[in-house]
Amino acid sequence: MAETKKNLTDSIWDFFCSLKLAIILVLLIALTSIIGTILQQNAPAADYIREYGQANYELFKNLQFIDMYHSTWFIGLLALFSVNLICCSIKNFPRVWKFVKEPTLVAGSGIFKSSANRAEFSCKESKQQVAEKISDLLKKEFAKTTLTEKDDKLYLFTQKGIYSRFGAYITHISILIIMAGAVIGNVWGFKAYVNIVEGTSVDQVRSRNGTAPIDLGFTVRCDDFDVSYYPNSNRPKDYNSDLVILENGQEVMRKRIEVNDPLTYKGIKFYQSSYGPAGNAFFKVKATENATGKVMELRADQGKQVPLSSGYSFSVSNFTENDRNFGPAMQLHVSTPDKKRGAPFVVWQNHPQLDTKRGGVFSFTLLGYEQPQFTGLQVAKDPGVNIVWAGCFLIVFGSLTAFFFSHKRIWICLEEEGKKTKVQIAGNTHRNQPGFSLAFDELLQKIEATAKNESPKKEG
Amino acid sequence: MDSGQLFNLTTVAYFAAMVLFFAYIATKNNKVALVATMTSLVGFLIQTTALGLRWYESYQILGQDGRAPMTNLYESVVFFAWSILLIYLLMDLKYKQRAIGAFVLPIALFSMLWGQMSLNSSIDPLVPALQSNWLTYHVITCFLGYAGFAVAFGVSIMYLIKIGKEEKHQGNEPMGGILGMFPSTKILDDMNYKAIMIGFPLLTLGIVTGAAWAYYAWGTYWSWDPKETWSLIVWFLYAAFLHARFTRGWVGRRAAWLSVIGFAATLFCYLGVNLVLSGLHSYGGG
Ligand code: HEM
Repeated sequence: MAETKKNLTDSIWDFFCSLKLAIILVLLIALTSIIGTILQQNAPAADYIREYGQANYELFKNLQFIDMYHSTWFIGLLALFSVNLICCSIKNFPRVWKFVKEPTLVAGSGIFKSSANRAEFSCKESKQQVAEKISDLLKKEFAKTTLTEKDDKLYLFTQKGIYSRFGAYITHISILIIMAGAVIGNVWGFKAYVNIVEGTSVDQVRSRNGTAPIDLGFTVRCDDFDVSYYPNSNRPKDYNSDLVILENGQEVMRKRIEVNDPLTYKGIKFYQSSYGPAGNAFFKVKATENATGKVMELRADQGKQVPLSSGYSFSVSNFTENDRNFGPAMQLHVSTPDKKRGAPFVVWQNHPQLDTKRGGVFSFTLLGYEQPQFTGLQVAKDPGVNIVWAGCFLIVFGSLTAFFFSHKRIWICLEEEGKKTKVQIAGNTHRNQPGFSLAFDELLQKIEATAKNESPKKEG
Repeated sequence: MDSGQLFNLTTVAYFAAMVLFFAYIATKNNKVALVATMTSLVGFLIQTTALGLRWYESYQILGQDGRAPMTNLYESVVFFAWSILLIYLLMDLKYKQRAIGAFVLPIALFSMLWGQMSLNSSIDPLVPALQSNWLTYHVITCFLGYAGFAVAFGVSIMYLIKIGKEEKHQGNEPMGGILGMFPSTKILDDMNYKAIMIGFPLLTLGIVTGAAWAYYAWGTYWSWDPKETWSLIVWFLYAAFLHARFTRGWVGRRAAWLSVIGFAATLFCYLGVNLVLSGLHSYGGG
């Protein structure tokens, strides 16, 4: 009974450690991810019904395809993948750690017989002398050697790039770090948005997933919003907002934000993301009573009746920023003291004299106008983001280490054979065999020449 | 001389190099191979100059709003060709397997032809979201990664052609004919792996820089938009390739097929997402 139980836990452990599972999971995640790139995510229900019909919509909903990257099954796959990664790393790590802790200083005969890179020769000097010479050479050409004496033989061992054995682990751990950072951000952070009309302030933002408004704990005011355009084009060059942070009515921070340059306060970031008109434009208008020459400067909101002198009033009924290339123009009409509405007429900002020729009771000039805007901000708090960046740094570092460096080892055994010393050499690497073979052959020639007191042979 | 003319010259050079590589395989003349390699190198140098010139031209046209030439579909296609040549020439330096050129240059040539003949090459100012240095880092790393996969793809096609014939081929004498000029299947298999080993960390860096950019522009480093998701799919496919290779012994034919599938996914990530699916990225619509 105990036996089978152990076997069961063992096989569960093996299942979670297995690379077969890893490959299947990785491919499964890749394949299922495609769904969310084809099916629009988080659209209103009506969109799906229009496009795919009611029955299919129900199906998508039941399969959690509408928000698939946050669905139970997709998160489940990611969780299984993490467990797999953790188990596999735990299982394999001791093996790699052994390379560091207990390097094979004394090579068994197997290494000299079966290594892909090996050689054997003899020379005249004593094994101590040869060992010293080869050590010096290797120290210069490869890496420091460790000398061990055993069974009347001398063993030399040297290695390079052992850290590259850790590349794969660093890569794997960084995947877990990134996932941990993402979880922290999702649990303790938020993603929200807010629109602020120029000149006003807010202390709450709306969560992007539609739950209750989020209290910022401070106030944000937008003093000004601007769009600038490229010369001679209607392509926006920049949007920016002058934001002010207020705590208890006191200004504590001020920054002009733009796209790609957010403001950060207390871990909450405000990103410029959109803009739009807020309410009606208002106009600065100069009105002259033609009979008396009396001049009035007035502020007019679009659609509102504004009193003039002698019981008259006017209102701006329409406005355009560019009227047939004559520039900004407003349409207005004047009402008489007995509330009779006169015929509408147009006043162009760039042609101030024109209206005097109309011959009404008043003549008007458009001095300026202002269209209040709102600035659209994305608001995000993500306490996990630095963990994610640390993971990203490590994953790049780890995969470079794993791919471009290799652990190379060389073993040498010196033994006396009559008056001569027999030298056996073997080398091994865990990656890039062909490259190592070339380097090994080159090194071998130097070793042989040094041991035999010759100058190295050229080519051959 | 403007950059457009230099890019045309580049296209001609790549075409000539491709033809020369074909000629090399047919004639087995090593001198032809050398000329072909030199022609690709010259094409590459001309293209490098042209990229620099286009960068300079953007400052002349847009004043201080000039930018690195990697911001629309045309520029990306041209940069893709440049990246392929860079990775190819680096690998040629190491392996000196000239015949590979016949299978890699067509990809670069096709890119250049498409860009020069049917894409809008005007230098337009950038919308605000694209005005970021992260964009440049992101494009460079992604495309060098894609280029690694493109070279792996070319090599894998050669492998698949050769292995099919080799298995039918009897006897000990080396294969004659055109396939005799292909590198041995062992080398092709190794090169496939090497090219992916170059591409993979670069793609990793590309995804990371893309995330950093998204974070500075929109406040989220990952939002599962189709482009992001597809880059992750590609990344996962090649991760599966690496693991299947060294632990389950998926070498040779299976590895070559994985590389072909991986490159198909790469192309979809690069072009398909914008031309077929919709997303946030800027290259769509040309
Ligand atoms: C997408 C996710 C993954 C990435 C990017 C990744 C990356 C890597 C890299 C770069 C290497 C070194 C490759 C080489 O030596 O050529 C590696 C090795 C390895 N990976 Fe992964 N890996 C991932 C997922 C996994 C998972 C889920 C498992 C296990 C269940 C796993 C198990 C291993 C093992 C056992 C090795 C060999 C380690 C060694 O050489 O000692 N990997 N991985």
